[in-house]
Amino acid sequence: MIGGRDLVPLSFLPPGAKGVVVRLVGGRGLVAKLSAMGISPMTEIEVLHSYAGGPVLVMVRGARVALGRGVAMKVLVRPTRVGGW
Amino acid sequence: MVTVALVGNPNVGKTEMFNRLTGLRQHVANWPGVTVEKKEGFFKHRGKRVDVIDLPGIYSLTAHAIDELIARNYIVEEKPDVVVDIVDSTNLERNLYLTLLLLELGANVIVALNMWDVAKARGIRINVEELSKALGVPVVPTVAKTGEGIDKLKDMIIEGIKISPKPPNYGDDIEGAISVIVERVHKDEELANKYPPRWIAIKLLEGDDEVIRRVEESEYGDEIIRLAEEFRKKFGDDLDVLLAERRYEIISSILQECVQEAMGEIKTFSDMLDHVFLHKWLGIPIFLALLYAVFQFTFAVSAPFSDAIDLAFSWAGSAAGSAIGNEKLASFIADGVFGGLGAVLVFVPPIFLLFFSLGILEYSGYLSRAAFVMDRFMYKIGLHGRSFIPMIIGFGCNIPGIMAARSIENEADRVLTVMINPLMSCSARLPVYVLLAGVIFGGGYKAGAAVFSMYVLGIALAITMALLLRRVLFGGKPSPFILELPKYMIPDLKSVVIYMWERGKLFVKKAGTVIFLVVILVWFLSTHPWAATNGGEHIENSYIATFGRMMEGVFRPLGWNWQAAVALFFGFLAKEAVVGTFGTLLGVEEGGLVDALRSAGWFTPISGLAYMAFVLIYFPCVATLGVMLREIRAKYVVVTVLYTLALAFLVACTIIGIGHILGMG
Repeated sequence: MIGGRDLVPLSFLPPGAKGVVVRLVGGRGLVAKLSAMGISPMTEIEVLHSYAGGPVLVMVRGARVALGRGVAMKVLVRPTRVGGW
Repeated sequence: MVTVALVGNPNVGKTEMFNRLTGLRQHVANWPGVTVEKKEGFFKHRGKRVDVIDLPGIYSLTAHAIDELIARNYIVEEKPDVVVDIVDSTNLERNLYLTLLLLELGANVIVALNMWDVAKARGIRINVEELSKALGVPVVPTVAKTGEGIDKLKDMIIEGIKISPKPPNYGDDIEGAISVIVERVHKDEELANKYPPRWIAIKLLEGDDEVIRRVEESEYGDEIIRLAEEFRKKFGDDLDVLLAERRYEIISSILQECVQEAMGEIKTFSDMLDHVFLHKWLGIPIFLALLYAVFQFTFAVSAPFSDAIDLAFSWAGSAAGSAIGNEKLASFIADGVFGGLGAVLVFVPPIFLLFFSLGILEYSGYLSRAAFVMDRFMYKIGLHGRSFIPMIIGFGCNIPGIMAARSIENEADRVLTVMINPLMSCSARLPVYVLLAGVIFGGGYKAGAAVFSMYVLGIALAITMALLLRRVLFGGKPSPFILELPKYMIPDLKSVVIYMWERGKLFVKKAGTVIFLVVILVWFLSTHPWAATNGGEHIENSYIATFGRMMEGVFRPLGWNWQAAVALFFGFLAKEAVVGTFGTLLGVEEGGLVDALRSAGWFTPISGLAYMAFVLIYFPCVATLGVMLREIRAKYVVVTVLYTLALAFLVACTIIGIGHILGMG
């Protein structure tokens, strides 16, 4: 299927970058919560703010969702636009 | 009578809708066995009474989160006549996800398209009839803030609804599995009547622990579960993710039919504000500045009111005291009853004002930004971004600080935040620090440094205890930080006032009783035996003094006499009472207290410093304790009392020990 090489954890994307969610890793509770909030495979996602070593704010399905560093590491995306304002 | 449950994502205006429907005819309790708020109210419409239950704000109906479980159990078991699903019209894509789950659950759903005005202003055009047809349920546009569409919603609620929900089609592969399981579930008619069979099938495919447990009770349980397990294996383990994906596909196709969105809207006002409020460097300073403003507002505005209440009650106390012939009764009324009432009511102005300010921050959408900004730092000390605000408020007063922890969803995070809050040096401790620093250092920079060091000590201990208690009590890391940031909005005044009123009322009712009773108990202990103390004039002869002398042995190694022990006992009432007790014991007014206490020679610099630290740590005051009992389980309150006591001794001994080593004893 989709190779792991072009996949990047969400937390590594800079502000302004866009990507498509490919895989969620982590416990079932976390995965369920993420997908309910619209962060499920095939979803387009845009990084609005990202603090080094801190949380990430993304725009997904029309909502702004803040994800802690740990959570953002578990969302693997295929980047479609490199960021930078 | 009709029962209606309100359900919806957070930040869709559900609270506003609840307030709009019920006005002030509402009350707040907890759901049985948990500390999740349960709000109930009612309204009358066309002569019919409608009871309204506000379910927690949720995104889905899994068994993973307590609030989701509460909502779904309520709908499945209590079977409310109507479930009003409040959705944000400006974000149907995400909001309809919960709608689909509610339909699966077989709820009698009415969809309220809330924030209709905002959607219209943004050029989002929703075909209400088409949407209603596509979902198979009534749909009504509403604006909870202004009341638009509410009458129509009320009409729909009392008319009773006939819904013909269209079950979403999950695709042939999954639908095949569902129908096989449904068939098997129908073997047990009792089970099939209790829960919608299709819902059971889907939940089993998702591997929902709670539903599995229920099905296990059925005589066909093993068979049904084994069947579901086989399907799960066939689809791979991510069936719940796959189902979520399919639901979003279904939503996309519905939206394509029913919604036209104006193109070209790139950056909204919220995004612009976020560039400032969430700025890498400016975010934290802005947050601290706002917090400082809240503090100043709260404590500056409330101080005269608190003083007035204090004054009024001491006046009423002495007036009643002199009017009553019986001395004992007079003392009881004056110092016990009025003293007790005063002790509760002086907290009312700051608490109401603080929650008014916090309500504004919450409903404007800023408070969740603050959590985002602080998360990086808080995560490092094992807490949640949301824990920061309660801690800061604790510097003013621990009571509202602890109550502010309610906004933390995760139980462990919330309990931890509450348990370390007493270590934040509240404003009541300041007079004690100032007095003792003056006594041992005689004012000047040394005294200032001593006072400041108490605040730093409190923070350092709070961080240490947060890390330690997390390890010992809960284990693991802080719950994953996932938080939707709402759009910025002008806060709805009615909702802010209700927010303030609910929390203020709770304080007066629950914490108030505890505070009041303890004040009366201490009145008794300090004025009895009545003859020996001459009606409370000679505290040194009272039960409390006896108790202080008994405790002297414990405190002697720390260099404190029985008077200091008695003062600590009164400090349990309110930490600032330590100052007053020294005054009473030395027989001087507050003005001459520093000199009197210094010439009494009760404290050396080291034993005084240890005493200051002890006052900081040793016990949450009775008011704080009352609120804690209300907010967290009793066993955690006991742990808090024990750890603060132990920590106080440990820190005081350490200070004395270091002093000895340095030869400053």
